[in-house]
Amino acid sequence: MLELEKVWKSYRVGSLGSKKLTAVRDVSFSIAPGEVLSVVGESGSGKTTVGKMVLQLISVSKGAIRLDGEDITKTGKRGLKEYYRNVQGVFQDPFSSYNPIFRADRVLEMVKESYFPRVKRSEWDSKVEDSLQSVGLEAGAVLGKYPHQLSGGQLQRMLIARALLLDIKVLVADEIISMLDASTRIDVLNLLGSLKERGLAVLFVTHDLSLANYISERVIIMRHGAIVETGATGKVFGDPRHPYSRNLLASVPQLHTKWSENPIPVVELEPDGDRSRPPAPLTKVDERHWVASVG
Amino acid sequence: MTTDVMLTADTVGQRRENLYFALRNPKVLIGLTIVVGLALLGVIGPFFLSATPNEYIGPKSEAPSADHWLGTTYFGQDVFTQFVHGLRSSYLVGSLGGLIAFVIGMSVGFTAGYRGGLVDEFLNMLTNVVLVLPALAVLIVISSYLEVRGVISQAVIIGLFSWPWVARAVRAQTFTLRNRDYVDLAKLTGKRPGQIIMREIMPNMASYLLMSVILLFGGAILFAAMLDFIGMGPSNSVSLGSMMQQAMAWSSLHLGLWWWFVPPGAAITLIVGGLYITNVGLDEVFNPKLREK
Repeated sequence: MLELEKVWKSYRVGSLGSKKLTAVRDVSFSIAPGEVLSVVGESGSGKTTVGKMVLQLISVSKGAIRLDGEDITKTGKRGLKEYYRNVQGVFQDPFSSYNPIFRADRVLEMVKESYFPRVKRSEWDSKVEDSLQSVGLEAGAVLGKYPHQLSGGQLQRMLIARALLLDIKVLVADEIISMLDASTRIDVLNLLGSLKERGLAVLFVTHDLSLANYISERVIIMRHGAIVETGATGKVFGDPRHPYSRNLLASVPQLHTKWSENPIPVVELEPDGDRSRPPAPLTKVDERHWVASVG
Repeated sequence: MTTDVMLTADTVGQRRENLYFALRNPKVLIGLTIVVGLALLGVIGPFFLSATPNEYIGPKSEAPSADHWLGTTYFGQDVFTQFVHGLRSSYLVGSLGGLIAFVIGMSVGFTAGYRGGLVDEFLNMLTNVVLVLPALAVLIVISSYLEVRGVISQAVIIGLFSWPWVARAVRAQTFTLRNRDYVDLAKLTGKRPGQIIMREIMPNMASYLLMSVILLFGGAILFAAMLDFIGMGPSNSVSLGSMMQQAMAWSSLHLGLWWWFVPPGAAITLIVGGLYITNVGLDEVFNPKLREK
């Protein structure tokens, strides 16, 4: 349904754009309805850039992003507005996602203003109530409040409710639970699971491998702007082939083990090279499992 | 009980809270009283007085009396009538010049900060060029070329040269605010850049914008007085600065005609001082850390 084909992103930096910085190199993948795809990687691996390109908050330098076969990197402003009916995002910091000087439910009101200007007030109110209910919020508890009066979990769920007002097909969730505490974390995560069951595709950007393992069917591991390993979650996490993936999995702290008992073996990795070159090609190593060649 | 009270106070909102503190801040009250009081005198006064402030109506060089509240000039013009008309033109220069500078500064700042890239490089260069122009020298040159120097043209010239610092500050603020997630969220709702600037970014710097309007207003009045005083003032009407210039030119200081130059000088000082006091007070209102207990 949503498909990225050989997407590159490079920035011009320095005075008058004299230098070039490549953030994403040759990334291709697709998401089907009812699927959660996790994008995992360290800071600076380009995973957030991929999420923002899908949302068209960052333009694509090369390549195409297609929704139901239509390349959205080439549609104009009006096409983009229609695209946002189908694809929405939720970001990392719930407190930065709300304009602090307005009431939190303004994000819902803005959706009405842009997309449903002719819907009657009573009709809209019940729609909002339904949508809030589906993310486990009670309308009376959250409407009319300022962002600082609500918890991070409530705010993130309200943003998901906002996305659901639009009957979306794809949700880009960029580190949406990194800033929540452990107990509310699992609620939001389970909410994503139930959305998946309703046929929504979720692009789940995270640095946390256990979250990726918990929620997603497929996973992409990124490093230095390129995909190093991808495939079914069980395959990639059960049998990591790329040295970087192995390092990443080995570095997840385990409950019941102390750092002193079991020093983590870390493999020396190749340093960041010339990013303008195409990355190492992916080769199929197993059913639903691809790895970039090393060296 | 206490939490309940706090919660209701919270929902009343930041705006009303600011207004509440503003109306109880002595600096804001004193400053505004001075500025508004003199403004009222300048606006209403001329309706009760002669429309021609330069008319020779009475005895020459007379000290203040019941007939002539602020005395008369060396030529027998009524100083109070001139003073009231001068106030009016000073406020006109202040508001018009300040407004022009504010609008230019805001447009340049928001455009440069929001668009970034080459647009920003160009606008920033323009801002810096205007910033380093010796404004007074340029104003003198331009003013001396104009055939008839009016209050309006003076205000326009001042406005065209005093916007750069507003543009720079607005640009810097916009740079940080445009990367907030709520700006991205507004984009995801299909909002256009103009709407995002007006409705997401601008409200977050409303206090700063209000304070820069005040400073621009005071700055324009001061600049106009400076131009007037060196003889580059309006040639077809009276202003506070040109009153002082006339008083100087006819050596009122040596002749002891203090009533000729003290009122305009005091008024300029009071207006600009009042505006600065208001500004300091507003700073305390918007920044709770500065509020006194």
